[in-house]
Amino acid sequence: MPLPLFWFFALVMLFGGVAVVALRNPVASALSMVASFVGLSGLFIGLNAFFVGIIQILVYAGAIMVLFIFIIMLLDLKIEEKRAPKLAPLLGGLGIVLGFTIQLIGVLSKTPNADWKPLDLAAASAAHAQSSPGISTKLAEGHLPDVNLIGDILFKGYNLPLQIVGVLLLVATIGVVVLSKRQEA
Amino acid sequence: MDLLITLLIIVAKVIGLTFLVVLPLVPISVYFERRFSAIIQDRVGPNRVGVPLTWFGAKKDFSFFGLIQPMADGVKLFLKEDFTPSHVRKAFYWLAPALTVVPALVTVCVVPFGSDIMINGHAEKLVIANLDVGPLFIFAISSLAVYGITLAGWSSNSKFPFIGGVRSTAQMISYEIALGLSVVPVLLFYGDLNLSHIVEAQAQRGWLLLPLWNEHGAFFTEGYWKDPEVLNQWLFWIPAMIAFVIFTTSVFAETNRMPFDLPECETELVGGYHTEYSSMKFAMFFMGEYAAMVIGSSLVVTLFLGGWSLGFGADEWIKGLKIGDVGIGGFVHMAVFMAKVVAFILFFILVRWTVPRFRYDQLMRLGWVIFFEAALLNVFLAAIVIALPQFGAIVNIAAVVVLVVVTAALVWALKVSEKKPAPLSI
Repeated sequence: MPLPLFWFFALVMLFGGVAVVALRNPVASALSMVASFVGLSGLFIGLNAFFVGIIQILVYAGAIMVLFIFIIMLLDLKIEEKRAPKLAPLLGGLGIVLGFTIQLIGVLSKTPNADWKPLDLAAASAAHAQSSPGISTKLAEGHLPDVNLIGDILFKGYNLPLQIVGVLLLVATIGVVVLSKRQEA
Repeated sequence: MDLLITLLIIVAKVIGLTFLVVLPLVPISVYFERRFSAIIQDRVGPNRVGVPLTWFGAKKDFSFFGLIQPMADGVKLFLKEDFTPSHVRKAFYWLAPALTVVPALVTVCVVPFGSDIMINGHAEKLVIANLDVGPLFIFAISSLAVYGITLAGWSSNSKFPFIGGVRSTAQMISYEIALGLSVVPVLLFYGDLNLSHIVEAQAQRGWLLLPLWNEHGAFFTEGYWKDPEVLNQWLFWIPAMIAFVIFTTSVFAETNRMPFDLPECETELVGGYHTEYSSMKFAMFFMGEYAAMVIGSSLVVTLFLGGWSLGFGADEWIKGLKIGDVGIGGFVHMAVFMAKVVAFILFFILVRWTVPRFRYDQLMRLGWVIFFEAALLNVFLAAIVIALPQFGAIVNIAAVVVLVVVTAALVWALKVSEKKPAPLSI
């Protein structure tokens, strides 16, 4: 990824993140969170992780934040806007951020910069030749089929956990429907 | 220097395809909308705007069949007073129209408009960004369009726009699920998320809904039927058709078009989310709506109707067409693609002026109860059809039995849970 683009998306993300906390209006906060997600997905795409970047927008910005905004709009915003920030939570939050930054600097300063090596696509292609020929041919052509690779690992390597998570989500959905229907009777 | 040329090509593609191809389609489809609705209602429609030759003593004006009408409308909308009511939340009020137009235009970048253009032996794809996640990209970006409408409704700070905004949010989120699920069979069939590859495959082996030819010739030749995959391809026609119906209907709902235009239905909500808007800001909502319609049509055409391909093996010949040193096959394919898209837009318009508007609970019922389940079952059906040649008879019969049982159970559950309207007590 070209460096200017990295800085652009990183700045979008960081400004969005700061604005979420700093802005008083909840709708503006939610929208800055969307901006932050868009910046984050730009960074993912810059790392050639197209699928993760797109899903970031599709799931978080496109679905979850819309529901957030939906709820926020039904609230009375006047009370929220008048609320003054208290000192104790502010200091607590800043303390956590400071601690985390110090830890991050500590870890990063001790990790040596590894040399960048290009992906060995031919070897990867050979490894996939038996199990999934479709992926193998794409790797041999010099593409990195990230969607196919994620699907391959998810459905072949972690099939049972995936099914269990699916059932869990279904149970949660049905539970919500049952709980919300009970009040009617 | 190489970088500069690459950048120039990208800029040329962005400007050419977005602002010279898709954006002009917006006023053109407005014109089509008015003329076509006029034909349906036995009127004439706008046919007067043109060169006023009578001023210069000629007998008749030259009117271009009213094709200049959209330009006159545009000028009118630009020159109208841009009035901002005092009770709105200003920043969001200004942001909302832009947020409806921008996502629709950004999604243009993954639509394959034609095959490659050859210049000096250098092939240039007629796609702005040849992404490997094409359909997902379109869904992701167009799902951001809901912010524009929601914010417009909320920031207007008045009753009817707010109801319109809330309606549209609920509607768009609901139909996004059906939209996403309904294309899964198509993506399963091609095993690829790159729209260019999908179109290429359809050019060779027949469009998804019209698999009338393959590498061995058209359906009336003998070679066609000897292909081992022909039967499977025709069997896949059933899930493909179901997917097509669900997808097309969801696109109608997603673009807030009739019969699902409840966010802006005049009879209930004055004007819906854009009640407080005027002048160009008002027009931008409609530009967003029509641009979304153009993109929706081009996605339907790309996935189900062969994209830029002409079919019957003619594509290879078109790709070889040349004027001098420049291969112009890409432009011919682009014309084919545009013709298909315009035909589909006409279908959009035909539906708008023939089908009455749904009630809101009917709309939600259709999305959540019928389309959601149908799309899920369709994924199952498509998987069975695709896996058919790889398994023995027992596995296949077992899978079909499971599918039938699940379908019957679902239909039964729907019948049982359906509430009968209580009789009026007097």
